[in-house]
Amino acid sequence: MAMTYSEKVMDHFAHPRNVGKIENADGVGEVGNMVCGDIMKVYLKVENGIIEDAKFNTFGCGSAIATSSMATEMIKGKPVDEALKLTNKAVVEALDGLPPVKLHCSVLAEEAVKAALKDYYEKQGLPVPEECLAESSHDHGEQGEEA
Amino acid sequence: MFVYADNAATTKVSRKALEAMMPALEDLYGNPSSLHQAGRAAEAALWNARERIAACLSAEPREIYFTSGGTEADNWAITEAARLGALKGKKHLITSAFEHHAVLHTMQKLEKQGYEVTYLKVHEDGLIRPEEVAAAIREDTALVSIMYANNEIGTIQPIRAIGEICRERGVLFHTDAVQAVGHLPVNVREDLVDMLSFSGHKFHGPKGIGGLYVRKGIPIRNFMEGGAQEFRKRGGTENMPGILGMAAALEEACSHMAEDSARVARMRDRLIEAIGKLPKTRLNGHPSQRVPGNVSFCFEGIEGESLLLRLDLQGICASSGSACTSGSLEPSHVLLAIGVPKEIAHGSLRLSLDASNREEEVDYIIEKLPGIVETLRDMSPVWEEMKA
Ligand SMILES: Cc1ncc(COP(=O)(O)O)c(C=O)c1O
Ligand SMILES: [Zn+2]
Repeated sequence: MAMTYSEKVMDHFAHPRNVGKIENADGVGEVGNMVCGDIMKVYLKVENGIIEDAKFNTFGCGSAIATSSMATEMIKGKPVDEALKLTNKAVVEALDGLPPVKLHCSVLAEEAVKAALKDYYEKQGLPVPEECLAESSHDHGEQGEEA
Repeated sequence: MFVYADNAATTKVSRKALEAMMPALEDLYGNPSSLHQAGRAAEAALWNARERIAACLSAEPREIYFTSGGTEADNWAITEAARLGALKGKKHLITSAFEHHAVLHTMQKLEKQGYEVTYLKVHEDGLIRPEEVAAAIREDTALVSIMYANNEIGTIQPIRAIGEICRERGVLFHTDAVQAVGHLPVNVREDLVDMLSFSGHKFHGPKGIGGLYVRKGIPIRNFMEGGAQEFRKRGGTENMPGILGMAAALEEACSHMAEDSARVARMRDRLIEAIGKLPKTRLNGHPSQRVPGNVSFCFEGIEGESLLLRLDLQGICASSGSACTSGSLEPSHVLLAIGVPKEIAHGSLRLSLDASNREEEVDYIIEKLPGIVETLRDMSPVWEEMKA
């Protein structure tokens, strides 16, 4: 099926921002799995409650890579409690939308950021905010997959 | 540079096909069913096209029925063979797990109507074993439908051996030859096939036109109700530009098939050799028992759609069987059928060349692809572990 990605999506896909790893990161989160075809890993560097740096590694399609890039851009420089409010919807809007069949590929971005924040809170010995504990909305996780 | 390496998806209409189509739009606009001279002229052109197409397949003109393409031909052949079987109390059908959806979904429709379908296993080399076809045939088997060449991995099936078995056991044999006609020497007599589907746009003819060969004496009925066209079997005023264009394209392809396929196979093998050198890649399907232009690989650690998009940014048109390119959550059923694990099947790439491609284009792909694969792998969270 031919699909058209917005210019913004193609820009973030062709020139993804924040690709890479952060050594000794303050928070790391990985979501998705190989079987369903996308994995996203987010690294956070946090200083005084501010996300100083965010990086990602993604195995996935064009929209998975573009949303990873956009999501990390959106949380950089933000206080952690603000980053917690990042939604998949906001990421997609910032990319000028995604084709409907691609929306499921974009939920990983929000989940990976939240997983990284959860790891950050745990490492700090702080109580993990509820936003980080939300059920996975990624609808094709291992459980849903038939053999 | 622009490189079209997706000829298994569709092809560009050739100059000869286009030149054959124009008169059908400008002058030969008569209805072949009309009695007057304009109708008679169209009728003559239609018959001539039928004769030429039949000759390319070693069939008789009366055995060729024009359809709207490969999908309709597959639906028609299978549905009718099933009906003919049921008349004799035979409601068992045999096919393979890696057929095109035009075949698989028709089989699934028939299953819901009370037929039993055996989906033969495809071996890791992308080939079906004739002895397994023989073993699957039962007293109540009405039809064997096995594709001539697979559309994703290009493997050429042992059609003649399967044809022999079916003829001997008195079972109808249909083959979806959409990827073979115009690219491989297809001879319905020697291959012992009873029904064969083909499609114009896979060999530089126009889209929306194809045909079904039905061996004479097989009493298939019409698939849709209508006029008396196509020997009363397929109503509807003929798609004249399509038919004339397809005839010209097929004739052209068949007139230099041997030279073309040798040249295309050399380009294919250069690509296979170069891509095969990249780490953690695997060629899908038998290395030589494949159509001349098919190159199909899986790259571990990357996902097919991002590979396609990156190639597209460099001007290279290709395709992939990854879940994300199909809009479904499952990677290609063809790759799964030959035993490629799901996590690897997501990283598939198909480059399909034909006589319209040039060596420089192959050089260009070989120049660009490794860098793209490397960039995506560097971005991938799983690659580091994988390459170790
Ligand atoms: C093997 C095979 N069968 C059937 C079809 C369907 O043909 P068409 O597009 O003419 O309906 C195709 C191509 O799409 C094909 O590759
Ligand atoms: Zn995706």
